[in-house]
Amino acid sequence: MNKMQKEHAANEANYLTYQGKHKGLLGWILSTDHKRIGLLYLYSIMTMFFVGVLLGLAMKFELLAPGKTIMNPQTYNATFTVHGVIMIFMVVVPGLPAVFGNFLLPIMIGAKDVAFPKLNLLSWWLYVLGVFLVLSAVLFGNGVPDTGWTFYAPYSFKTGTNLLPAIFGAFVLGFSSILTGLNFLVTIHRLRCPGMTWTKLPLFVWTLYGTAWIQLLATPVIGITMVLIALERIFGVGIFDPALGGDPILYQHLFWIYSHPAVYIMILPAMGAISEIIPTFSQKQIFGYKAIIASTMAIAFVGYLVWGHHMFTAGMSGTAQYYFSLLTFVVAIPSAIKVFNWISTMYKGSINVQTPLYWAASFIFVFLIGGLSGLVLGALAANVHVHDTAFVVAHFHYIVFGGTGFAFMGAIHFWFPKIFGRMYDKAWANAGWLVFFIGFLTLYTPMFYLGMMGMPRRYYDYLEEFHGGNILSTFGSWIMVTGLVIIVINLVRSARKGPVAEMDPWHSKTLEWTVSSPPPVENFDEIPVIAEDDGPYNYK
Amino acid sequence: MEQNAHAEHIHYDAEASKIGMWLFIFTELLLFGGLFIVYSIYRFMNQEAFHLAGEELNTTIGAINTVLLLISSMTIAMSTSTLQYKKKGATLGLLAVTVIIGVVFLVNKYFEWGTKFSHGIWPGSEHMLSELSQGEILFFGLYFVMTGLHALHIIIGLIIILFAVFRIQKGTVNENRAALLENAGLYWHLVDLIWIFLFPLFYLIH
Repeated sequence: MNKMQKEHAANEANYLTYQGKHKGLLGWILSTDHKRIGLLYLYSIMTMFFVGVLLGLAMKFELLAPGKTIMNPQTYNATFTVHGVIMIFMVVVPGLPAVFGNFLLPIMIGAKDVAFPKLNLLSWWLYVLGVFLVLSAVLFGNGVPDTGWTFYAPYSFKTGTNLLPAIFGAFVLGFSSILTGLNFLVTIHRLRCPGMTWTKLPLFVWTLYGTAWIQLLATPVIGITMVLIALERIFGVGIFDPALGGDPILYQHLFWIYSHPAVYIMILPAMGAISEIIPTFSQKQIFGYKAIIASTMAIAFVGYLVWGHHMFTAGMSGTAQYYFSLLTFVVAIPSAIKVFNWISTMYKGSINVQTPLYWAASFIFVFLIGGLSGLVLGALAANVHVHDTAFVVAHFHYIVFGGTGFAFMGAIHFWFPKIFGRMYDKAWANAGWLVFFIGFLTLYTPMFYLGMMGMPRRYYDYLEEFHGGNILSTFGSWIMVTGLVIIVINLVRSARKGPVAEMDPWHSKTLEWTVSSPPPVENFDEIPVIAEDDGPYNYK
Repeated sequence: MEQNAHAEHIHYDAEASKIGMWLFIFTELLLFGGLFIVYSIYRFMNQEAFHLAGEELNTTIGAINTVLLLISSMTIAMSTSTLQYKKKGATLGLLAVTVIIGVVFLVNKYFEWGTKFSHGIWPGSEHMLSELSQGEILFFGLYFVMTGLHALHIIIGLIIILFAVFRIQKGTVNENRAALLENAGLYWHLVDLIWIFLFPLFYLIH
């Protein structure tokens, strides 16, 4: 039996059923197959997402009525801290790149795996290590961290709670993110199949490329900042401690130099997923392919230079404020270009209304509101009024949960038949979307109003006049979670029992739809070759 | 046959691992970049104190360590050439010299820090908090953080080099598959380069 026959035999089994050197669970957690690693991320990220959702629900429940409802102030502080740390560092930042990037990137560019498969597995292990470090901060020691996910100095080294493991956890999660970005960059540069030129890359790959650069160039800055906070706590180095001559505002600068680009790590791959879904369900060439690429790279670049808009009220020179405000408005332009392109793609397309398109369309809706409310915050005078109010929380959740979360849901409903080889129940999927969408709007929209009226964020209590809005918001959280439960039950059930999916159920044109569902172990028997007039969006 | 050649290509892509290493070096530069920003801001705010505190440091040991690291960069660069010329013995010898120099650097650093400790200078020490000005506290805080982080990178670099030595002995790193040694060299040069900036910033500028 020669080698080719063996390879062929291996490809008979798909990546889900393949039995390699290790069996069972070990065959997954030691697998260097990018598809299995993608699913490992999917399961671990979803687990953490549910923990984060439960904490969010608890917070909303506390805000159902003024005064103490179910928790005391200290518990509330700990709840929003852990909710933030989990959702940011473990769910939204790795979310789309680690799950769908890992699963799809090599197939989309016609490769058998990423450039460094072992490093890829190491990234996942580091992710798990980071998760356990943060959880150990919650479960052990004297007190759950209560600083907020931003770990602002000087409180982050004054608090008596068990903050150190959480900081190390954030550091390790950052390292995992860097390695994923590095891997993707090298993969995109080295492993594109013959004929897959830069202008034939699917847009999801392009957004992963932009994201990977941000992961690589921004994350080290928060890494060193976390190290400094840890050293501050252990040794009292004094770098951010005003009592020793240090400057706590400098901490905020360093923190946001990473954490603002990080929101583009969160949103860029989401935009990429939307850029795949919309042309597929419009059966039409994407409008302005190159404009979307240019705007992706522009966001990645300008996104570096706007961090100061988180600190308008923290103490900054007027000149710096003008620049940061101006650049904040500038960074809105490429996002607007994308929205324009998506809508133009749908214009005169033969639109096939399916669950992923519902998610994509509602993504555009919530992303628009989130983006425009961002301009309110980026304007200096308006910022002073709404800074640190519920308005910021509403804006942030509209973008990060409404943007990235909706795109993630759209992506999972879009690629589900490819990943699991089975189709979900479309009626339940649509129902889940509708309930979730209504719940989302009911949950976050009142917070815009509450913030405008002056309700500050991060308090377990509020004035009587804010009661109505908060009841509505809490009520919305219950609707949204109902939708989430419907979606998850439908997907989990369908992954096991759904009808077998075709190779290309949506008539999409990118390479992952040319392999069987679920994909074979090595993706392609033969590396594909892209002809001159082929393209990722060639709909006729 | 052709498929075999292709599989081989995926398995070993020297260019890819070199790009990967360069990207990793970017991240290391940014890691230290954050510290260099902090340093320059505090130097600007506390010029007098940084001047005074800088004179406490032992320029001789610093200079010796700088020369040592420069020599070690040369020896590791030479080892990649000798590997190309299939001189395995010379390669291993040069790498041994590199490792020894790295260890000597750390020993010097140990004595340098030890002297500071014996003068009562360490982060949060009684002497520092009561006797020194805020600017001096910041200077020594940054001194310990930055040289400490650099020493940690020396240790990581040494581990990578030792790993390369092991693989060269086994023969899995050779003139045709030299990427691991070249990457070890790149990393060592990075560690060297960072020191080239740390040395004048702490020891020389007055």
